Amino acid sequence: MALNSMREIFDQMAEQRLAFWEVVLAYDVDERQVSPEESKAKILLTWQAMRDAADAYTGQRRSLSGLVGGDGMKMRQYNLRGESMLGEYVSAVIAEALSMAESNACMCRIVAAPTAGACGVLPAVLLPLDLNQRQILEALYTASGIGAVIAARASIAGAEGGCQAEIGTASAMAAGALVAIRGGSGEQIGHAVAMALKNLMGLVCDPVAGLVEVPCVKRNVIGAVNAVSAADMAMAGIQSRIPVDEVIEAMGQVGRRMPVEFRETALGGLANTPTGRAVKERMQAARKR
Amino acid sequence: MDIFDILGPVMVGPSSSHTAGAARIGFMARTLLGSRPLTARIHLHGSFAETGAGHGTDRALVGGLLGMKPDDLRIPFAFEEAKKQGLDYTIDEIELPDAHPNTAVIDVDGEGGTHLLMQASSLGGGRIMVNKLDGIDVNFTGAYNTLVIHNQDENGAVAMVTGLLNQLGVNVANMTLCRRKRGGDALMVIETDQHLLLHQVDFLRHLEGILSITYYDKEDDDDGSQFDA
Ligand code: SF4
Repeated sequence: MALNSMREIFDQMAEQRLAFWEVVLAYDVDERQVSPEESKAKILLTWQAMRDAADAYTGQRRSLSGLVGGDGMKMRQYNLRGESMLGEYVSAVIAEALSMAESNACMCRIVAAPTAGACGVLPAVLLPLDLNQRQILEALYTASGIGAVIAARASIAGAEGGCQAEIGTASAMAAGALVAIRGGSGEQIGHAVAMALKNLMGLVCDPVAGLVEVPCVKRNVIGAVNAVSAADMAMAGIQSRIPVDEVIEAMGQVGRRMPVEFRETALGGLANTPTGRAVKERMQAARKR
Repeated sequence: MDIFDILGPVMVGPSSSHTAGAARIGFMARTLLGSRPLTARIHLHGSFAETGAGHGTDRALVGGLLGMKPDDLRIPFAFEEAKKQGLDYTIDEIELPDAHPNTAVIDVDGEGGTHLLMQASSLGGGRIMVNKLDGIDVNFTGAYNTLVIHNQDENGAVAMVTGLLNQLGVNVANMTLCRRKRGGDALMVIETDQHLLLHQVDFLRHLEGILSITYYDKEDDDDGSQFDA
């Protein structure tokens, strides 16, 4: 068995009478030749690493360029003051996404999901929820199965497919995970993934000075919030008119046709603004010294 | 596909290619050197040179040379750590024709007169590829347990080593042979499915015609969080 399409996973679910996450678990057991217990132990360690990363955030660290750091703490304090326009959950999601993505930019330990640049999205939607062990397993296997399908059919690297492939994929993983833990069906997971991807389609990868800092940290926020909306829509019974595998395919095509300036080369978009170029020059001057 | 390539690696940021991969390259160099590194000249090519400082590529390479894995929280402070551990290093830029954009050349001397010249690239997602060892073209990734053997290019050395591995129940996944000239020194790179034990490597080391052996033990299949601080 392979994780080459969402349809394949749905078929396995029907054939074997398994939940989405159980199909992914079975795949891992087969692929790495481990026992289900070993597989679960490893994914729970991954979860622990995400939690540790969140707990280690202080807001004190700054990135090597000095562009990034401290915003997650600003958001946390704003939320604590009760000033957020959003409810408790979504405002916590935003603070968590900023904190985790900043931790990455500031050389703290994180879990790539699916990449380091997009590491804040998935933990941001999960950590504020009080999940039991079963829900953690449901969420993480579902998310990694979705990411594997997108990696096989399209791309998960900004250098290949733009930010839609990185933050877009992270958002789709997070959306599917949320539907899974709320008891949604496989079809609903598929719709959430499709909607999350569709809403970020075309997003370019344009990191200032080529560093995973600007706009990456804040893009984790849109990835996470988009995931929550897509999951809620799917749970409300709203469907994607374009089937999920076709959406993934389309995202891959958009990525392949994306000009090279918008694929992590730091030659276009925000990287090519006067301010973006100034940061690059400053970094290069430092390099010459 | 391994789902833990989607959910993982657990690593110190900011970039799996420029930071995690760089740490692996440094760690690989330390392993293949086979002793404590004392002086290292690190040359950065392409994107490693251009954005390396901002990504901590330099720190990650030095950290790897000091034995740090990609999730080691000391990576950002690798320069300070190098001072403490007595590793002298220089970092500069180099232009290599036809090399992968994320490539480093590490020229390192170690305790006991060891020396290694290694060129390796970071392929993305933290995966690496060693391209050259002591001027000889190779390609291996560290995804397997890897034996790097310098031997005299005599008939039989290859058969002897593979025969012994077979007897030890160690399965050879890939093998490449390179030599500088007929009858001279040769280099054997053997990737194995099973881990080797130290005394098994030692045993191979003492075979006739073997000049030196280094052994890279594949990263453990856990989350690597032994460095919890
Ligand atoms: S802009 Fe590029 S580097 Fe930044 S998060 Fe998006 S894909 Fe990653």
